[in-house]
Amino acid sequence: MTYRVHIRVVPRAGLLDPQGQAVEHALAVLGFEGAGDVRVGRAIELAIDAASPEAAEAAARKMCERLLANPVTEDFSLAVEG
Amino acid sequence: MVRVAVVRFPGSNCDWDAYHAAENAGAEARFVWHRDTDLQQADVVILPGGFSYGDYLRSGAIARFSPVMQAVQKHAAAGGAVLGICNGFQILCEAHLLPGALVRNDRLTFVSRPVWVRVERTDTFCTSAYARDTEMRIPVAHGDGCYVADDDTLRLLEAEGRVVLRYTRGENPNGSVADIAGVSNAAGNIVGFMPHPERYADPLTGSDVGAGFFRSIAGWIPGGATRSIP
Repeated sequence: MTYRVHIRVVPRAGLLDPQGQAVEHALAVLGFEGAGDVRVGRAIELAIDAASPEAAEAAARKMCERLLANPVTEDFSLAVEG
Repeated sequence: MVRVAVVRFPGSNCDWDAYHAAENAGAEARFVWHRDTDLQQADVVILPGGFSYGDYLRSGAIARFSPVMQAVQKHAAAGGAVLGICNGFQILCEAHLLPGALVRNDRLTFVSRPVWVRVERTDTFCTSAYARDTEMRIPVAHGDGCYVADDDTLRLLEAEGRVVLRYTRGENPNGSVADIAGVSNAAGNIVGFMPHPERYADPLTGSDVGAGFFRSIAGWIPGGATRSIP
């Protein structure tokens, strides 16, 4: 079975995120009040052939730990579809 | 004669500069392609600057898994010397051969200009030609040069004197924590930094204050103590 996996990678909380700060500033300039704590990360989507959703999630987790996220600076979360 | 291997990744662009600086200093340089696993008996491996694999995902993240990096890991584990310059430093951090990581510059802009740095660790294969606390102005050219590490790692780096280069005279160009421009592993055989001494290693390019890094390498005695060549 093929599972669609949605992965979010964001800068670790507490770590300086200059992109997030720039976006936050731009939002304020545009008049969007009350938007704060902006973090800019990346979204990765992929399809995994696996026997179960659990197996797909385990595989995706390994991919994140090994390549898709930097354990020093980033946190990730993932969701398996279907 | 010290043998230097300059690794070329797709996107490396300081490979010839590093090669030239090593040869000029009296070392014997050769190129090694990223798909090769034979370092050609190199004593010193240089991972040069550039944008390996287009900096896709994160700078250095893809290059880290190149076939050649397995050979570099083995070389380093056996005490061989490895120097990562700019993108090479990013690759070494991604490969966990050096602690910490390099993230986007704090002002988000690509910085390309000479900056002041201080040499703080001089007992390594690539800094032995300098007196401790030598200050020099050498170029940086990077978008992802902000060095970060967790507090425990930073304490360890400072306590063990493993900060090799530090930005000085208020010139931190990227927001690096503690003005760190380069670090080493504990043994000192793995060094990475953001500045580009190979660009200031020949009067032809305006300055040769960075040539000492390559004189250090050329004078390094593999497996032995470092000696400096004036």
